[in-house]
Amino acid sequence: MAQVERPLSPHLQIYKPQLTSILSILHRITGVGLGVGTLLLTWWLVSAAYGPESFATAQAFIASWFGRLLLFGFTYSLFYHLCNGIRHLFWDAGWGFELKTAYTTGWLVVIASVGLTLISWIAGYASGGAL
Amino acid sequence: MSHRTPAGRVHGLGSAQHGVDHWWGQRLTALALIPLIIWLCISIVSMIGADHATFTSWLSTPGRAVALLLLILATFYHMKLGLQVVIEDYVHSRGWSTTLLVTNSFACVLLGTACAFAVIKVALGG
Repeated sequence: MAQVERPLSPHLQIYKPQLTSILSILHRITGVGLGVGTLLLTWWLVSAAYGPESFATAQAFIASWFGRLLLFGFTYSLFYHLCNGIRHLFWDAGWGFELKTAYTTGWLVVIASVGLTLISWIAGYASGGAL
Repeated sequence: MSHRTPAGRVHGLGSAQHGVDHWWGQRLTALALIPLIIWLCISIVSMIGADHATFTSWLSTPGRAVALLLLILATFYHMKLGLQVVIEDYVHSRGWSTTLLVTNSFACVLLGTACAFAVIKVALGG
């Protein structure tokens, strides 16, 4: 028997990407990324518990180019998820639903997350340099 | 045809009275993580290139150890709740969904416990 062709509601790809929708999915993507990043955090802390040698190994990996790349992605994800998370908490409190406000806070999140990432890396290189 | 009364049929099937626990838990941990994560970022930057002795002496104060333990608790609980929602939303096969949900719960508890134990061990002097 032939399938009845029922109308479907428009799916995601029908909509034009907008700042609000991009930031929304980015919140999930960075959240999952941070979940993977906790493996690095766990390795770092556990290596310190094992002693100086394993801690040095972990520190050396983090200082490698690949380690720095991971850490940079981790830092950006962390600040993005933090800033946008605060935006979510304001929504939960019932504030900021107007379209104009949603866009203003959206751009604020973009600027703040990039700014905080750069500041922390500049501070990191200025304080130790060795990484 | 069932001869049970409507009240008898729904008895024990209705609201379990903890519908907002997941939502509330995610928000509470989010709120707690705002100051904790900012503190962690500043601390990690100050620990860049540190050797084992520097790191262990930094962590050996009760305030820092407790702050890190609270951060670990809030982080892994927040992560468990968040990844759970992602799995529930995108994984439609019943088998995979259940497998991933169980793995998620176990992994978050495992990683959280490992982190917490490491912090306690280092804080108490290795």
